[in-house]
Amino acid sequence: MSEPLLRTEALRVAFPVHGGGVVRRTVGHVRAVDGVDLEVHRGETLGLVGESGSGKSTLGLALLRLVEPTGGRIEFDGTDVTALSRRNLRALRRRIAMIFQDPYASLNPRQSLADTIAEPLAIHGLHPGRSARARRVAELLEMVGLASELGNRRPHELSGGQRQRVGIARALAGEPDFIVADEPIAALDVSIQAQVLNLLRELQRELGLTLLFIAHDLSAVEHLSDRIAVMYLGRIVEVGPRESLVASAGHPYTRALLSAVPVPDPSRERERRRILLKGELPSAMSPPSGCRFRTRCQEVFEPCDRIDPALQDVGDRHCAACLQHGLIGDPDARGEDVGAAAGVPDRGP
Amino acid sequence: MAPLLSVHDLRVRLGDAQVVNGLSYEIDAGETVAIVGESGSGKTMSALAMLGLIPRPPAVVSGEVHFDGAELVSATPAHLRAVRGAGMAIVFQDPMTSLNPVLTIGRQLTEGMEVHLGLSGRAARERAVELLEMVGIPDPRHRLDEYPHRLSGGMRQRVMIAIGLAAHPRVLIADEATTALDVTIQAQIIELLGRLQQELDMALIWITHDLGVVAGIADRVLVMYAGRVVEHGTVDAVFDAPQHPYTRGLLRSIPVLGQHADALPSIPGTPPDPENLPPGCPFWPRCEVRADDRCRGEVPPLREVAAGHLVATFEKERV
Amino acid sequence: MSATVAPTSTPLPARQRGETLRLLVRNRIAVVALAVLVAFIVVAVFGKALAPYGYNSVDVADRLQGPSVHHWFGTDELGRDVFSRVLLGAAVSLKVGAVAVGISLVVGVPCGLIAGFYGGVLDDVIMRVMDVLFAFPAILMAIAVLAILGPGSTNAMVAIGIVYIPIFARVTRAAVLPVREEVYVRAARASGASDLRLMRRHLLPNVLGPIIVQTSISFAFAILSEAALSFIGLGTQPPHPSWGLMLSDGTDFINQAWWMVVFPGAAIFVVVLAFNILGDALRDTLDPRQRSLIRNARGA
Repeated sequence: MSEPLLRTEALRVAFPVHGGGVVRRTVGHVRAVDGVDLEVHRGETLGLVGESGSGKSTLGLALLRLVEPTGGRIEFDGTDVTALSRRNLRALRRRIAMIFQDPYASLNPRQSLADTIAEPLAIHGLHPGRSARARRVAELLEMVGLASELGNRRPHELSGGQRQRVGIARALAGEPDFIVADEPIAALDVSIQAQVLNLLRELQRELGLTLLFIAHDLSAVEHLSDRIAVMYLGRIVEVGPRESLVASAGHPYTRALLSAVPVPDPSRERERRRILLKGELPSAMSPPSGCRFRTRCQEVFEPCDRIDPALQDVGDRHCAACLQHGLIGDPDARGEDVGAAAGVPDRGP
Repeated sequence: MAPLLSVHDLRVRLGDAQVVNGLSYEIDAGETVAIVGESGSGKTMSALAMLGLIPRPPAVVSGEVHFDGAELVSATPAHLRAVRGAGMAIVFQDPMTSLNPVLTIGRQLTEGMEVHLGLSGRAARERAVELLEMVGIPDPRHRLDEYPHRLSGGMRQRVMIAIGLAAHPRVLIADEATTALDVTIQAQIIELLGRLQQELDMALIWITHDLGVVAGIADRVLVMYAGRVVEHGTVDAVFDAPQHPYTRGLLRSIPVLGQHADALPSIPGTPPDPENLPPGCPFWPRCEVRADDRCRGEVPPLREVAAGHLVATFEKERV
Repeated sequence: MSATVAPTSTPLPARQRGETLRLLVRNRIAVVALAVLVAFIVVAVFGKALAPYGYNSVDVADRLQGPSVHHWFGTDELGRDVFSRVLLGAAVSLKVGAVAVGISLVVGVPCGLIAGFYGGVLDDVIMRVMDVLFAFPAILMAIAVLAILGPGSTNAMVAIGIVYIPIFARVTRAAVLPVREEVYVRAARASGASDLRLMRRHLLPNVLGPIIVQTSISFAFAILSEAALSFIGLGTQPPHPSWGLMLSDGTDFINQAWWMVVFPGAAIFVVVLAFNILGDALRDTLDPRQRSLIRNARGA
């Protein structure tokens, strides 16, 4: 297997929360990303699934340092991203590009589409000269299935699906190696979602891209991804190849997620036994002690409140962080400031 | 016996756009009907029109809606106010904007009670606590005095449902009620509504674009496109043997867990603009069947092709 | 945070080319105001050609004459034609307004942009300086500046310009704060855009609305301020025609020659009113929420 193009080590992103009063005090931190070890291999599509408060979007932003990591490391193609200077950060942002969720908000309403798509070219000095740049823009528009005449239009003249295609064209402009797609289809009509999914798959194949596909829609993620990682409350709770994760999930949260996804088949739906999670998502400011999922888990047992599980092998290149598979993890009395660094698992290539 | 709610040829016009173009269906207590469609299908507008929630003018609404012995399209504003909440209630999509941020939960719950139930003061509060319990909110008594921003999305949606149920409606309309929620929370809410429907013998109209949800909760399905009903039948009939090219295309284009295909067959083009509809069948520009010459110039009528299964397409007429 | 939102059937109302003008035209009073201002500019520019007499054509024999066929607005204490002086005074007002507002824009908008964009200490420092400037009553500030620079219409322009810097900084900063959080700004940053590029290409074009409104209003205030300064002798110096100066001169003769006060006064009043009305109308049309209200009222 190829070596990882992108790696994170104990990545943390925490946001301070300010209390009221005349003087601004910091009363705590929201630990959006709380110790994540992730690897994405060259040429693969890694799906990152999670619900509200999982930290998946924050993780995506941190990879480009659009939010600053507060701990840990990010390594891209051998370079330490976390330590990069501003100038070098700009060069990095050509090699890693991002696609955003909201097609209505991600394009500057005052700029023509051609200018929006050409922005990465202007920033990095690519295809210099008016006609060279115009050619590249036309090429990109075609690549995403839009007529090249649309370049002169403004965003409000296009539909949601078309705008999202423009966002994809912009991401591709600088010929990136790695693309972070943050919920690229969530805001689109159902019939358009399939079009954009197909487009992403096609482009990934044609251009040899590496893709991090962040979404909450497990069906779409499963469709496009080679491997899937599941996040809960700032941590990765399971990661593995698509088929293996869906067929035999190793973590109770993954199982609950899989059981909750509606399937457009009435007879299957009637026979389904849904795993309903108890309660609500705990606060990201002070996660539960031990396993942070234990407050909602239907399979919780004795050690869960005192050992913070580490990712363990449950199959071929498939790991889950659950004590059911072995009592390996970080023993702690409280959830405060605990690093998951202890017991770094053997995750295979 | 007349059905609880009966809609006949409902039409809504807004300026140049015919947003709802002939909607008819019936629903009885204990039944769940799902109205499925994408942007511009008219599904939300139809519900708002039924309850008189669209200002007229500028909207022009025609057709008949029979509920509880009265006709609603021609009803007086006073009558509609009485129906809203007590006869028919609606739960909207975005609990963050649907709840008033400066009123406590308790206040919002008890607001309608005075009008519809004649309850006030302590009696209303008791009922409010009862409702919060019914929708599964823990520690309901303390919640009454809290403000919406302290609750999570799932909790807020439960509060919205509680408000909807406050005056014992016979019909509950859920308009994309779970779309903005996480899938695990969605599962909880769906289970809750199913249970409540049984307990309270309500009719449930579920408006959504999510066919997966529909498969799990509906007895009957109406598929809408560009303001028209293109297919109408039981959930099994519509999902197992979809008759309209749009329904078929939609079902095929959804990624399904566990089924891994290479490329998803997708419907080309985009949903139509209600102000610029094509002259004939509204689906014609995106249709891959195009069975008949008439499709382009004539709108196919909704006809029964099997018991209880109606579809608006010329494709099936040739048989 | 919510998982997803169902797509809305129509996109948010957006600005189409020429739509601003079309929406503006709905407002009848604004159209009148616009016409007045166009007339004002024409008069200011072509004043020399339009005025029947020079600004300083003294004719002592004809002094203090009432409005007549030869002198539509009468004559002043030196026999000069008031009508011509009012017309030529327009040029002074326009120049002062334009230069003063220009100075405020050139200094105030970048300050607001930088303060709003960076936040933190930079924001605090810049805005505290602005607060201090803002705390002084405008006229007193202007007088103070003129005490240092010396009187004259050019210095008056500078003084007034300095006085109005804080308001532009504030307006710009307030407009920048929400735009800074927009996804398209983040997207540009993700592409590697520098801060300068973000401010220039993404923030500035999207905060122009409130700045334009403020420009219109500040223009009115600038003209008024120049009149006030000239009135007390610190602005335009005689014999140059300035509406404020004419008012000042006229007060000495108000019982004998009301026309010396009324006509320049009316000129100030009309132009200032027109700028204010235009500013309000622009604010209504440029505010995206108001736009949809206006559109819907059309009966869509």
